[in-house]
Amino acid sequence: MANYKTPLRDMRFVYNELLDPEQIQALPGFEEISSDLVEALLEESARFCEEQLQPLNRSGDEEGCHFDNGNVTTPEGFKEAYNGFCEIGLNSLTSDPEYGGQGLPRSVATFAEEAMCGANFSFSLYPGLTAGAIHSIELYGSDELKKTFLPNMVDGSWSGSMCLTEPHCGTDLGLCRTKAIPQDDNSYLLSGTKMFITAGEHDLTDNIIHLVLARTPDAPDGIKGISLFIVPKISVTKDGSLGEANGVSCGSIEHKMGIHASATCVMNFDNAKGFLVGNLNKGMEAMFVMMNNARLGVGIQGLGVAEASYQGAVEYARDRLQGRALTGVKNPDEKADPILVHPDVRRMLLTQRALIEGNRALAAWVAFELDVSHNHPDEKRRKQANDFIVLMTPVVKSFMTDCGSEVSNIGMQVLGGHGYIRENGMEQYVRDARIAQIYEGTNGIQALDLLGRKMPEHFGRNMRPFFHAVRNYIYAKEMNYELKDFLIPLAKAFGRLQKITAVLAQRGMKNPDEIGTASSDYLRMLALVALAHQWARMAEIGMQKNKGDDGVFYQAKIDTARFYFERILPQTGALFATMMAGAKSTMSFNDDAF
Amino acid sequence: MKILVAVKRVVDYNVKIRVNADNSAVDLANVKMSINPFDEIAVEEAIRIKEANKADEIIVVSIGPKENQETIRSALALGADRGLLMQTDEETQPLAVAKILKYVVEAESPDLVILGKQAIDDDSNQTGQMLSALMNWPQGTFASKIDLMDNEVNVTREIDGGLETIRLKLPAVITTDLRLNEPRYAKLPNIMKAKKKPLDIQQVSETGIDIKPRLTTIKVTEPAQRSAGIKVSSVTELVEKLRNEAKVI
Repeated sequence: MANYKTPLRDMRFVYNELLDPEQIQALPGFEEISSDLVEALLEESARFCEEQLQPLNRSGDEEGCHFDNGNVTTPEGFKEAYNGFCEIGLNSLTSDPEYGGQGLPRSVATFAEEAMCGANFSFSLYPGLTAGAIHSIELYGSDELKKTFLPNMVDGSWSGSMCLTEPHCGTDLGLCRTKAIPQDDNSYLLSGTKMFITAGEHDLTDNIIHLVLARTPDAPDGIKGISLFIVPKISVTKDGSLGEANGVSCGSIEHKMGIHASATCVMNFDNAKGFLVGNLNKGMEAMFVMMNNARLGVGIQGLGVAEASYQGAVEYARDRLQGRALTGVKNPDEKADPILVHPDVRRMLLTQRALIEGNRALAAWVAFELDVSHNHPDEKRRKQANDFIVLMTPVVKSFMTDCGSEVSNIGMQVLGGHGYIRENGMEQYVRDARIAQIYEGTNGIQALDLLGRKMPEHFGRNMRPFFHAVRNYIYAKEMNYELKDFLIPLAKAFGRLQKITAVLAQRGMKNPDEIGTASSDYLRMLALVALAHQWARMAEIGMQKNKGDDGVFYQAKIDTARFYFERILPQTGALFATMMAGAKSTMSFNDDAF
Repeated sequence: MKILVAVKRVVDYNVKIRVNADNSAVDLANVKMSINPFDEIAVEEAIRIKEANKADEIIVVSIGPKENQETIRSALALGADRGLLMQTDEETQPLAVAKILKYVVEAESPDLVILGKQAIDDDSNQTGQMLSALMNWPQGTFASKIDLMDNEVNVTREIDGGLETIRLKLPAVITTDLRLNEPRYAKLPNIMKAKKKPLDIQQVSETGIDIKPRLTTIKVTEPAQRSAGIKVSSVTELVEKLRNEAKVI
């Protein structure tokens, strides 16, 4: 059971047919990224993930990480897998070539990331956190810091962590208490406790480079007084070799619902030597840039684990013989039909599939715009891409991780009791997927970020690239009669989205609770419309190719699109009604009665 | 020291193959193709020899349609230096392959030719031996260990009774067995670099080599379904059944 295979066929479809590989290749820096190169890169990445990471998924979950007097050991096999992972370069796909990275487009790396998460969610977190730390240093670190830390981080011999959360503050980082005392040599001594630190301590690398949010003695209160520091576990000497241990120690590791093979640490800093990254008191800015990138990555975690669950569910539904089809025997040679014939099982599988493939398409679009925002020669186009990313980041993080949870739960349900027991691996997906809705900013916070901040910012400018893209697509295709089953519901749902956007903007000005109450529903509705747009495009391509080579694949695109439009998109109607009802019933409830 | 490695493009070993509708061949439409696993072992061995500073150049040759360039590129990504595609859309049986390889060997004059002991599609297990005969070079087949010296090579062979080590004079032909080595994963940056390594293409039709098939395929069918096994209650019963029913002892 649970034998993950990277969905290379669908990835190839998304990259070559939904995105435009020529447009990616036209971006400065990506001239060599041809379609056949991407294919070769993804095939080898997929092979490594399936052969080396996947076999450690369930054993890592069963064994978990070990804590012994400040030392953390990862499950058996993780160190060897990590070394192989770095050896072939899976850890440095998008990093700057100047420091040894491969400088690949995010729109390519996203697929490899999905394969890592599908094969082994816990494992993917170690290189994932390092990538986040590298990104922050690339963007905000001084040249000296870059030279000291990046080469070893990019080649994987050192890893990274992001130390934000403290025992009393998670979402509200303005409450952060970790202190940074300036020293004569331009360094700082940091003291304080951080918790929920993924990969804060482990045995995979010789050194761990912590990025720590802290406050200098005369910093202003709240969020405006937070600075970002690099604090290595082992100090690095002038010649780049490892020196003495810094004042960093791991106090304990958490016992969690899922991602057991990922070490979630309490980190104690005790006069640990650190170096300022970026400007004093501007730590949150640096953090946010990093987090936008990381949040797409977290969305991809939801996608990867969902795909793994879907594959397990389909395999079981084909093999498991129970009951007879309602319309008559389908499998006369056996005593029962495979459960794949049952309408409710098909509902579950198609729901999984429609959400997964829709999300893969959406994530690729966002990743492409991320590439455009960094590499496009035209500043106006870069800005426009950036507006799009700013808007879609919370959507991707939140909706795709909600789907990760929904879809893996459905997968478990398809297996019934055999999904609930550990041996078949399906319940692990549910437990692993769950964290992604919580960390890197809870999904509730993402929704508030979308509706409370991203939507009104610059008088709605962030909304334009997405809304215009959907509108233009509808206008361009409205005369296409064959697409009517997709375009009409898309236009209808899009109309509802536009209307509720206007209503909420107005209500929000009078009462911010209207925004807070509607935000989660709004995010889901926007995501469902975004997926509808992608599904209409996929169906359109499917209709052009379903008679040719590999017609079965394209016909399945059309049929899944039909399911999405008939059975999932109508949720936007309910969400519309929910939001129209307003905040009153939620906010007027007596607090004492809870 | 120059090593020539021959690689074949075959159906990926993970693919569950199917016979086509008219029972004439295996269905190859939309099927994932890869480098023959035994040939991948041959490439890996050549790279290890080069990494041990015992070889200067590795040339990878493949015979077949233009898609074989991908197969060659994947060998270049592992570490081979340059590629050669002997292009043809015709069916090539082992003798034809051996003759084309002879042509390449004569042009390139390698000191060593390494190839898989067989390809996983037709399982012929003939090409290496035929090439050795055509060249009148010594052969070391089913190699599980290769120890290269000046002008000589020790080859440990997997034979029915166990292992046999023979010493060959160079130049020689070696065919690889499964346990010779475990091929590495291609480093992703090397996949990019492989795009820039030289890959020459030569048309087989222009060489004048006779590649006409000597064998005709009459019919291709799936193997018979395995019937269910039975449980026996004692060793005596087992021996009795093996003797009288299965007639194997």
